[in-house]
Amino acid sequence: MNNHWTSIIKPKTKLLDLNLKELWQYKDLIIMFVKRDFKTLYKQTILGPLWVIINPMLTTLMFTVVFGGIANISTDGMPQFVFYMAGNTVWSYFSTCLTKTANTFINNSAVFGKVYFPRLVSPISTVLSGLINFFVQFVLFMFFVIYYMMSGDAVRPNIYILLTPVLLLLIAMLSLGFGIIISSLTTKYRDLSILVTFGVQLWMYATPVVYPISQIPLHWRNLMLLNPIAPIIETFRYAFLGSGTIPWFYLGLSVITTIVVLFIGIVLFNKVQKTFMDTI
Amino acid sequence: MERKLAIKIENVKKQYRLGAIGGGTLQGDLQSWWARVRGKEDPNSKIGQKTYSGNERFYALNGISFDVYKGERLGIIGGNGAGKSTTLKLLSRVTAPTEGTIYINGRISSMLEVGTGFHPELTGRENIYLNGAILGMSKAEVDSKIEDIIDFSECRQFIDTPVKRYSSGMYVKLAFAVAAHLDSEILVMDEVLAVGDMKFQQKCLGKMSDVAENEGRTVLYVSHNMNTIRQLCDRCIVLDHGRVIFDGDVEEAISIYMNAVIDLKQVDINLTDKRMKHLSPIILAKMTHLTLLNKKNPIYEMNENILFKLRIKSEENLSNISVRIEIRTFDEVSVGAAIIQNFSCINKEEKDFVFKFNPYGLIPGKYSALLVLYEVNDMGVYNDLDAIFPAFQFEIIENQRFSEIHWNMSHWGKIRFENLMLMGE
Repeated sequence: MNNHWTSIIKPKTKLLDLNLKELWQYKDLIIMFVKRDFKTLYKQTILGPLWVIINPMLTTLMFTVVFGGIANISTDGMPQFVFYMAGNTVWSYFSTCLTKTANTFINNSAVFGKVYFPRLVSPISTVLSGLINFFVQFVLFMFFVIYYMMSGDAVRPNIYILLTPVLLLLIAMLSLGFGIIISSLTTKYRDLSILVTFGVQLWMYATPVVYPISQIPLHWRNLMLLNPIAPIIETFRYAFLGSGTIPWFYLGLSVITTIVVLFIGIVLFNKVQKTFMDTI
Repeated sequence: MERKLAIKIENVKKQYRLGAIGGGTLQGDLQSWWARVRGKEDPNSKIGQKTYSGNERFYALNGISFDVYKGERLGIIGGNGAGKSTTLKLLSRVTAPTEGTIYINGRISSMLEVGTGFHPELTGRENIYLNGAILGMSKAEVDSKIEDIIDFSECRQFIDTPVKRYSSGMYVKLAFAVAAHLDSEILVMDEVLAVGDMKFQQKCLGKMSDVAENEGRTVLYVSHNMNTIRQLCDRCIVLDHGRVIFDGDVEEAISIYMNAVIDLKQVDINLTDKRMKHLSPIILAKMTHLTLLNKKNPIYEMNENILFKLRIKSEENLSNISVRIEIRTFDEVSVGAAIIQNFSCINKEEKDFVFKFNPYGLIPGKYSALLVLYEVNDMGVYNDLDAIFPAFQFEIIENQRFSEIHWNMSHWGKIRFENLMLMGE
């Protein structure tokens, strides 16, 4: 009998058998998850979606008071508020995506244990729903950029703002990559999920979010720019505020790092997803 | 016409590690690793246990193979731990087999649990879309079926209310409605029908057989309830300890499963420590021993009397005690009960009573008996003093009068009443 099997289930997959075509078939599910996240995020809160704006405002205000006011860290002559907001807008998207995708398997074990769909659907939809928050914050940020421009401050947006979609894609891919690597490892070691919250905080201080890279001594600066998220933030800030420079070489390096991390992430995730239910 | 294969399972094994899975913490695993490197004893292993893993593995499935043809409704039965759920998990790709291969022809959707992924904050309608997408439907597919789904769920009135406000019955109905409207060629179900009220259950069963018979879809169904298996399936597999021990006719499969579960030897039974868990821990009186009289095996011909001696021990003075015997089939469906009320008194002593039970009309098969010792107070309130299940198990075999007819197991029930009498022509 000559059968054409639609699917064959085997004990092990080849390392590179990623089945991205199947993922595409489930694009409706990704959209549904994004919708669900958006609709349910601020249900039963008094201020509702306003939190999307209040959150970054408060964080930026806090940065301004602590790092600008008390620690008096230089902001390259930029108005402190908008400087911190630039860093925070990018960083909060990155950190939210990273921490959320890092818990993919643990948070979804109930659903994953009952029904099959390509597991990558979950982290991808997380990253996409984060995008909605990012856009709201971004609009808020643009509002302040324009405000400071009008009031004659040194804020100078330039042609490089056209790079924003590329930067955004890089952040999304990078956080997804790191997130799914961690989530794959958390199926065995739960420690990592606790560590990740702490690690992300530390990472923020190692990234020029609350200070400009120009404040770093020259011989440390190159090392710091190896951090793949650092050149992205520097570029973003240069494009919208005109402060600092674009570290082109390190930005290129960051692109390569991102692709490598994401690739490793997908391979690892793909390997773990088949049997993680037995160990979680 | 040659039948087309829908699923082919080839020598599939699934191995699980027993006990704690993985070190759990990175530190623990590093310690173990470091100890092994230095040739020292693993600080994380249990005392006296030298090897780290070795023999603490077991096979939930130990080499099963079977084919399922298109349009078949296959039932899978077996005791707890026989491997039923593991099989379904493998088929629905929740986890992967350790060895062997499964070939699937057609889209497969599994209902290991209804309402997977329902979000309490979303409305019924939104959850239909979400759940549909999780089960593999595209948005367009759900669009075209949404009216049918809402109708089937009987929840139209509340469809735009968040499901957290639903009663559990409505929740389940909505969830099943989505699953029942899946378009996939193969449906895999794990006792999801054991939900909702009776009416809805029948509706679900009807829908499932409809789907299989009229639309030629393949159904794999796992259940402990033999009646739903009878109703739904046209072929049945019996699993035992991770192996297929029977594959074929449904009735035969059920009787093989029954035989595997029950050993019918005991006629002299110690009832102590068998008290049912739901009873009060304060013991006023209890049944301690039961003997089936005049029997070597608990096998009775149809309409034969069952004589048994019951020893009752009381801690108090009880002026009136009653006994009820409830008969159940082996898939624990109640058949009927016999009662003797206020038959005696008992005063802080251990006493033997002999009873006659006539299971008149009970058709051949295997049954278990639940015994309840109780008292009825002046107010007419029942107070269970002791209850034991199964107190004893027995088999009814055919007598001559019965063998003349062919009893339809799936529809005629367990009692053959007195023959109809012709009262006039």
